[in-house]
Amino acid sequence: MADAAVKAEGVYKDFILPHEKKDSIKRVFTHAFTKNNPGMEVQHALRNVSFEVQDGEFFGIVGRNGSGKSTLLKMLAGIYQPTKGNVHIRGKLVPFIELGVGFNAELTGRENVYLNGALLGFSKKEIDSRYDEIVEFAELERFMDQKLKNYSSGMQVRLAFSVAIMAEADILLVDEVLAVGDASFQRKCFDYFRLLKKQKKTVIFVTHDMSAVREYCDRAMLIEKSKVVDIGAPSRIATQYTKLFNEPTKGRRNEEKANRWGEKQMEYSKVSLSHDLMSKNEQKLEIKLEATATERVEDPILGFLVKNQSGQQLIGTNTLVKQRQPGVFEKGEKIQITWSVDNVFSDGTYYVDIAINDRDGVTVYDWWEEAARFEVVNEERVPYPFNPPVELEFTGGTGAAKK
Amino acid sequence: MKNIAHRYRYSLILLRELVITDFKLRYQGSFLGYLWSLLRPLGIFVILYLVFVRFLKFGADIPNFPIYLLLGIVLWNYFADVTNGGIGAIVGRGDLLRKLNFPKYVIVLAGSFSALINLFINLGVVFVFMLIKNVDFQWHGLLAPLVIFELFLFALALAFFLSALFVRLRDINYVWEVFMQGAFYATPIIYPISMLPLSAAKILLLNPVAQMIQDLRYLLVTPQTPTISSVYGNEWIRLIPISVVIFFTILAVWYFRKNSPRFAEEI
Repeated sequence: MADAAVKAEGVYKDFILPHEKKDSIKRVFTHAFTKNNPGMEVQHALRNVSFEVQDGEFFGIVGRNGSGKSTLLKMLAGIYQPTKGNVHIRGKLVPFIELGVGFNAELTGRENVYLNGALLGFSKKEIDSRYDEIVEFAELERFMDQKLKNYSSGMQVRLAFSVAIMAEADILLVDEVLAVGDASFQRKCFDYFRLLKKQKKTVIFVTHDMSAVREYCDRAMLIEKSKVVDIGAPSRIATQYTKLFNEPTKGRRNEEKANRWGEKQMEYSKVSLSHDLMSKNEQKLEIKLEATATERVEDPILGFLVKNQSGQQLIGTNTLVKQRQPGVFEKGEKIQITWSVDNVFSDGTYYVDIAINDRDGVTVYDWWEEAARFEVVNEERVPYPFNPPVELEFTGGTGAAKK
Repeated sequence: MKNIAHRYRYSLILLRELVITDFKLRYQGSFLGYLWSLLRPLGIFVILYLVFVRFLKFGADIPNFPIYLLLGIVLWNYFADVTNGGIGAIVGRGDLLRKLNFPKYVIVLAGSFSALINLFINLGVVFVFMLIKNVDFQWHGLLAPLVIFELFLFALALAFFLSALFVRLRDINYVWEVFMQGAFYATPIIYPISMLPLSAAKILLLNPVAQMIQDLRYLLVTPQTPTISSVYGNEWIRLIPISVVIFFTILAVWYFRKNSPRFAEEI
């Protein structure tokens, strides 16, 4: 087939942002005679974006927050109109920009299935014939006649997802819906992805999860500052994306004041990590720190904490727990300290918080949130918080002989 | 061609589901539920009846004035429901608009249809009263659906126009609220138009809603009702309010179509 399933040609999108809410009649009158409205600012959300997605391709779109990727997705979905340029879609497109669009808390689960289904283009008859399947997949048989407001958020997501995957689309737009839900739900999502790949559906997938890009996408596109930076092999794009984060972190230190506080009797002067990007080849992550005393301090407590992207605190300790007293520092004296942590990390982005307290742990000298960050990308993916080295041995079965 | 058919099918599916939802949610949680769609206009009717018919002695010379009054209230309530509901229809569905591309007119149409269902229920009540009171049926009563269609079209046109306007101008709902309060008294609903001097009656009847209410009273309740043609003594004068309806219909379609692609980003 010569035609692409999705084709964007020189797409521009500008948003006109009023500086102040001014959509009122008074403002219309007061500004009716002023030619250049001072309250307006044009934001270029996308500039000259062109790409093609072929039939059956799994196409990733990656970029930082605010890079314009969600705007692009909404434009592909027809929600926004391009300011300039064209978007061509060949086939039936279903967007999963958010799960459970149109869900109403006052309606029962059953009624919401029909409403949500109608929004995805299903007639009542079509849902009737699939209703049992939807309910079974969502594992909500006993709850369908209860109002949605009595559902937990997990139940709502399960219901929404079960309706959504019934959509018989040629092209699917997926916007990080996988970021929600527990591990078993995420596994269902990934199963669904594999199914889509097997069925040769055209999928456009917007995500921050580089390991998902590497695993599922045939090609990917990196967007940065409203422009397409590169389109190509997923691993190349994922590496570029990861690099984007590491460059600005170095120059970022000054503006990070909001994440840093304390009375500064002693403060960190150097922070570095042994790896910005880790894979299973690395055995240890080393956090190398240097702190300087600005006045005399005795036995400060130095500690660190590793958090994942959702802010969950995973690993941390300090010199007090380790029963290592650093001793006395006169003004200007420095301490170099290295924390060495086994590489047990699962895929994702991690942040390191570092802190110095006084000997009683009461006064904060220096508390620095997200002083450093690193990415972990593993060949073996697991949807769990930790992925330490695991050995596998088995006997019996024809696979046992092979290694 | 197949694409157009598909698009049309989607609108119908959506329209149906939104009307059902709207109706289900309308009296959600209230003890008497759907009964309120009858009780509300009846309650208002009782109050206005006591104040204007019993106390102020309006319409003593008009046969079946209470039914005449009830019909006027029911029609006006429909008009007010559709236009007031229409204003916030698009903005109120902002969550949907930002996440899904679908024909926006369906939202406004759905609100109008659910009010129409209500109107039919209420007209049913009016007919029950007419049976009880033994109002003479007249063959020209069969023309009533034409006038109801005119009312449907006018209310819908205004709902489309106002809903699109409200996306830009968030003051419109307040303006409309005050306007409707004034229009209620400028329309012969609670008072018989025969109370007014002829010159005032002539002006008021140019308002399409006044024309329709009087026409329906003429067709259904009593042929003694002054209509726009009898007041002017000219059949063709009816074309003025009808032109107003057509004008607003065209304006609304044009304005709504022009602006609807940008609703999602402007809300």
